[in-house]
Amino acid sequence: MEKRVTFKGWLLPMLLLAPQLIVSGVFFFYPAGEAVWQSLFIPDPFGLSMQYVGLGNFEYLFNDPYYRASFVTTAVFSTLVTLVSMIPALFLAVLADRLVKGAGTYRTLLIWPYAVAPAVAGVLWLFMFNTRIGVVAFYLNQMGYDWNHVLNEHEAMGLVVVASAWGRISYNFLFYFAALQAVPKSVIEAAAIDGARFWRRFFTIVLPLLSPTTFFLLVVNIVYAFFETFGVIHTITSGGPQQATTILVYKVYADGFVGQDLGSSAAQSVVLLVVVGFLTVLQFKFVEKRVHY
Amino acid sequence: MATVELENIKKRFGKTEVLHGVSIDIQDGEFIVIVGPSGCGKSTLLRMVAGLESISEGEIRIGEARVNEREPMDRDIAMVFQNYALYPHMSVRQNMGYGLKIAGMAKPEIKRRVDEAAKLLQLSDYLERKPRELSGGQRQRVAMGRAIVREPSVFLFDEPLSNLDAKLRVQMRVEIRELQRKLGVTALYVTHDQVEAMTMADRMIVMNGGVAEQIGTPLEVYERPVTIFAAQFIGSPSMNVIDAEVRAGQVMLGHVTLGPTDLPDRPVSLGIRPEHLHPDDNGPLTLNVTLSEPLGANTLLHGTLEGRGEAMTAALPGVHMEKQAVGQVRLSVNAEDLHLFDPKTGQRLN
Repeated sequence: MEKRVTFKGWLLPMLLLAPQLIVSGVFFFYPAGEAVWQSLFIPDPFGLSMQYVGLGNFEYLFNDPYYRASFVTTAVFSTLVTLVSMIPALFLAVLADRLVKGAGTYRTLLIWPYAVAPAVAGVLWLFMFNTRIGVVAFYLNQMGYDWNHVLNEHEAMGLVVVASAWGRISYNFLFYFAALQAVPKSVIEAAAIDGARFWRRFFTIVLPLLSPTTFFLLVVNIVYAFFETFGVIHTITSGGPQQATTILVYKVYADGFVGQDLGSSAAQSVVLLVVVGFLTVLQFKFVEKRVHY
Repeated sequence: MATVELENIKKRFGKTEVLHGVSIDIQDGEFIVIVGPSGCGKSTLLRMVAGLESISEGEIRIGEARVNEREPMDRDIAMVFQNYALYPHMSVRQNMGYGLKIAGMAKPEIKRRVDEAAKLLQLSDYLERKPRELSGGQRQRVAMGRAIVREPSVFLFDEPLSNLDAKLRVQMRVEIRELQRKLGVTALYVTHDQVEAMTMADRMIVMNGGVAEQIGTPLEVYERPVTIFAAQFIGSPSMNVIDAEVRAGQVMLGHVTLGPTDLPDRPVSLGIRPEHLHPDDNGPLTLNVTLSEPLGANTLLHGTLEGRGEAMTAALPGVHMEKQAVGQVRLSVNAEDLHLFDPKTGQRLN
């Protein structure tokens, strides 16, 4: 039997679809189209005229060592953010799953950081690690470590990674915790009787059963690291030092709104559009198929 | 292969005691069925033997060695779960070999044992499949296979057939019993199905409310149930129990005399199995039949006792009445088929 609702006229269905269509149109299709259009031009410094250059912007972009370096930075950054946000989340979820008393409190506390906005989180971490007044930087200094993320590119990267990943641990924890609860208890018991101790069970039974969740989170976190960490980077390092933390999204902003090179900025947006499109396709394809068994 | 001894096993969850002291000595190679209604503690008892639940009090010995403190893996047992608990991401072969692999057994030996068990269970053609590609009965066999390959001293079964359809259940019942006999491994089998208990057990433990009401062979329990609960739980349809009394060496139901007894005068609960009621035109009991259920080989008559109103069921051989017909039938019962219980404690008197 057909379960879908069939409408007689056009008015009601269009009305129902309108909010979604308008939002997508105004906030996605229009700007995306504009970006594609602009990527084919170079405007003059005053924005009064535009010169058609075809794929010139892209050609220039991919020959730009800074842009290629930004790709590498993004890859390193997103890999680290994904790992740093997922592995502790899984570990905490495993611990929470074993908890009998106080599990509710523990869970709630773990979820809180997710409620902190990225820019606020960025400022928070910035204060803690501020080279002059930061608490953590102070103690590191006491221990003989001279912390200075303003000058040291590795420290800068480390700081933005931790600041970006921190809030995500909560998000990932939630998913892992739910997934762990869904692992049948008897399967774990069967493995225990079969002789597998806790960590053996974890790696041979539990982890494979979590693989759909892991894959989903992998994609979601990569997308997050790519596109939603702007606030953190902007507040903490502004892409520095020496562009060491300039990820692709930040470069779009820096080149377009700071460097006033709108053509190149638009071309970079188009590249990102392709990347995010690819990630989305990947996600749908595999999540729907449910990678595991 | 080993003996299993349970000595005054108790289980408490917080302050609630759910097992009040169960004891049994199980012989090597014996098939013990633990049977009882939901929540009677039968699964808890089995899980305590497996090591999945801690033991609050008492001692469990497997092969004469105390195992209370041992991890499940160190108790030399294998368990078959109700939902089979197969590892969904592994093939049948990997499922069966998992325990051996963990034990560090050499690959050729694992392969040999898995192949052998698969042959025994007719799973040879399915070894490379994943559990989700198997039917319920096949999954059940894989779970069995996983238990067999480890060559344990004791098999533990936790309602292994309750997820199967009726026909398959009968078939698997026979298979499990034959397999256990062939391998000679001591087995503990938990079920709520009294037919499984009757057909499979060497001895059964009838459990109710955390207490072992009776331990004995199926026929012992059937013929001489020691409590009203055991009497009604074992046997189908279940035993009729009605209030009666002993007067002057006779079991009396109102003014009706049913047979002699050596008990002193006292009120009793009288148990009569439906199949022990015989049609007899001069019989002392008259049943006002309200429903008849012809099953072919025999007929169940449900009704009330004339002049008393107690509900009673009789199982008479052959076809007796057309379905749903009502009427009266006179019945008699042999004196040796009368079960007398204390109305207060439920304990057997005769």
